[in-house]
Amino acid sequence: MGQSKAKVITGLNFAVMGAGCAARGQVAKGILLFAAQCSYICFMVFFGAGYLAGFRTLGVTEQTAAWNESLQINETIKGDNSMLILLFGILSLAVTALFIYLYIVNIRLGFKALQAEREGRRPPTFREDLRSLWNDKYHLVLLTLPAIGLLAFTVLPQIFMVCMAFTNFDKTHQPPGKLFTWVGFDNFKEIFWSNPRKSQTFLRILGWTLTWAVTATATCYFGGIALALLINKKGIRLKKMWRSFFVITIAVPQFVSLLLIRQFLNDNGTLNILLQNWGLIDQPIMFFRDYARQTVLFVNFWIGVPYTMLITTGILMNIPADLYESARMDGAGPFLTFRKITVPYMFFVTAPYLITQFVGNINNFNVIYLLTGGEPKSLDYYKAGKTDLLITWLYKQTVDEQDYKLASTLGIIIFIIIGAFSLLSFNLFAGGGKEENFQ
Amino acid sequence: MKSQGFYRFRKTAANVLCHVFLGVLSAVWLIPIAWLILNSLREERGAYTSYVIPKGFTLQNYVNLFTNTKTYNFPQWFLNTFIVAVLSCLITTLIVLMVSFVFSRLRFPSRRKLMNILLVLGMFPGFMSMVAVYHILKLMNLTQTLTGLVIVYSAGAALVYYIAKGFFDTIPRSVDEAATIDGASKNTIFWRITLPMSRPIVVYTLLTSFMAPWADFIFVSVLMKGKVDKFTVALGLRQMLERETVSEYFTQFCAGSVLVSVPLVILFLLTQKNYVEGITGGSTKG
Repeated sequence: MGQSKAKVITGLNFAVMGAGCAARGQVAKGILLFAAQCSYICFMVFFGAGYLAGFRTLGVTEQTAAWNESLQINETIKGDNSMLILLFGILSLAVTALFIYLYIVNIRLGFKALQAEREGRRPPTFREDLRSLWNDKYHLVLLTLPAIGLLAFTVLPQIFMVCMAFTNFDKTHQPPGKLFTWVGFDNFKEIFWSNPRKSQTFLRILGWTLTWAVTATATCYFGGIALALLINKKGIRLKKMWRSFFVITIAVPQFVSLLLIRQFLNDNGTLNILLQNWGLIDQPIMFFRDYARQTVLFVNFWIGVPYTMLITTGILMNIPADLYESARMDGAGPFLTFRKITVPYMFFVTAPYLITQFVGNINNFNVIYLLTGGEPKSLDYYKAGKTDLLITWLYKQTVDEQDYKLASTLGIIIFIIIGAFSLLSFNLFAGGGKEENFQ
Repeated sequence: MKSQGFYRFRKTAANVLCHVFLGVLSAVWLIPIAWLILNSLREERGAYTSYVIPKGFTLQNYVNLFTNTKTYNFPQWFLNTFIVAVLSCLITTLIVLMVSFVFSRLRFPSRRKLMNILLVLGMFPGFMSMVAVYHILKLMNLTQTLTGLVIVYSAGAALVYYIAKGFFDTIPRSVDEAATIDGASKNTIFWRITLPMSRPIVVYTLLTSFMAPWADFIFVSVLMKGKVDKFTVALGLRQMLERETVSEYFTQFCAGSVLVSVPLVILFLLTQKNYVEGITGGSTKG
């Protein structure tokens, strides 16, 4: 093949994706690349371009009502829908990014094929490429389906959410009736300093959220381990039965047990009535007013301990027995083996679980929402109550107040807190160089 | 020197104490469950009673759930939840195991980076993005359908890879190496070696993902927007506890809850062995 022909092919490869591959015998790959290019063009022409055009303003024509003379009714004339422009604008941007990536891959593949040709090698055939997918590139096979799910239903929606924090999307700017638009960092300013009521509420709720997360995680973790050790102790009979008692409470769906406990502990609930009947108290104990925070922590303990018990039991049994054996041969006593083998091993295996639990507790929506709904309400708080976590506050802003801008600003803040914490801790404890230690 | 008898006595005493303590704890954990069952059998209506043992026992609450389906179509909800749970649990488990295997056993350039990205993605409060998810599903014509619900429950599964990865990490690498020498591809190692050695974590993932749809009501309520015959049990049963209906339907709510919980409890107890015995007889010794 002449030098000039190679140049033509390389040039063509820039305009028509897959040309470089196809011309050098990788026909199937070339067709796939070309198909990708065609579908991208179709997507942009029929869907993406319109939304991208309005992305900067998020719509200009507001929905209006006009009198229809012939039908004698008020007709709504559709305006722009800011939300759809934002969402599908992001979608188009994402698809474009993906396309650019593919384009770069295409050029790289073209060069590789060219190089192979110059060196007199045959570029890998389609079949060879496919076979390498089952071995060296196996991660591509396994990650494709998960990645599609994530991109469409997690990444895209989350970018959308992040964008909302920089708009004025709230009750008074609701599509399709009204438009909303970009406002920059105004929402963050409000929550941090320019609106004292909001910022004070934010600080108080943040404080309680952290207290709650630390306490709830620690109590459940150590409680669960203690329970697992107790049941596993030599000399305890009917281990299976005891374990089952606690496991039952896991299997009952949380909304059932939580709603039930709420009825049980209510001011005029069963527990209070019983205690009064037995003459132990005169006045009903206001679990959800005077002791709301203690109550939710306790109920969370009730919910969480069996989980940890179950997981740590599995781990305790999983510790390789030869570790213990060699320790015993070296003369280590039970306490020393516990400290030097059981604890580090347990920590190594449960560190990710522990971090997940902590993060889960910061976002522990169910327990708070189903049990107290964030109450007792307080006048010092901006549309929130004393047991509200950031996440339930956020939820109330979306569902009850339709204040999406505040909610997504909160979402970003929660994300930054949790993200910083878990990246740090995961790389310190749960991953890093340690991951091979026990392999 | 103290006698052997003293030691034996001390040991027995400690054991007795432990048993008593376990008994008390079990009571604390089981009382609400017992109360649920008693309420589901209660003949008298009303949300609050001033006594624990019902005055009259009846199975009518259970019968009503299946015969009186005009306002609350419990059998339909149950079926919906079951279908969604089975499908989403299969997809979720497959995704979780694939992703954990990739991160635990395969080495490729951007592995660390990807792990961190997934970790970060999991930090966003999930239901915040529900508004966007709703519109994406609407674009695909999948709102108010069970398929849409299955997608919502399983699409993000890759984010919770760490527990399974932690488990895979404890399987010795030498097992993989031996298999590679014998000519096994990565694909073979995944399906034929790692998965069979990881039954506990497979069961764990299956179970947790099977149970999720029975408990969630936020996503269902957003997705179904009042389409009652597509509700799942969680959303449906919760409706019974609305202020207007709670005293009329509280006992039926309890009956429904029992019916939801019993299969889950049985399933859990049956598979408990996998958690506890784990792979003690398996790979680590191999």
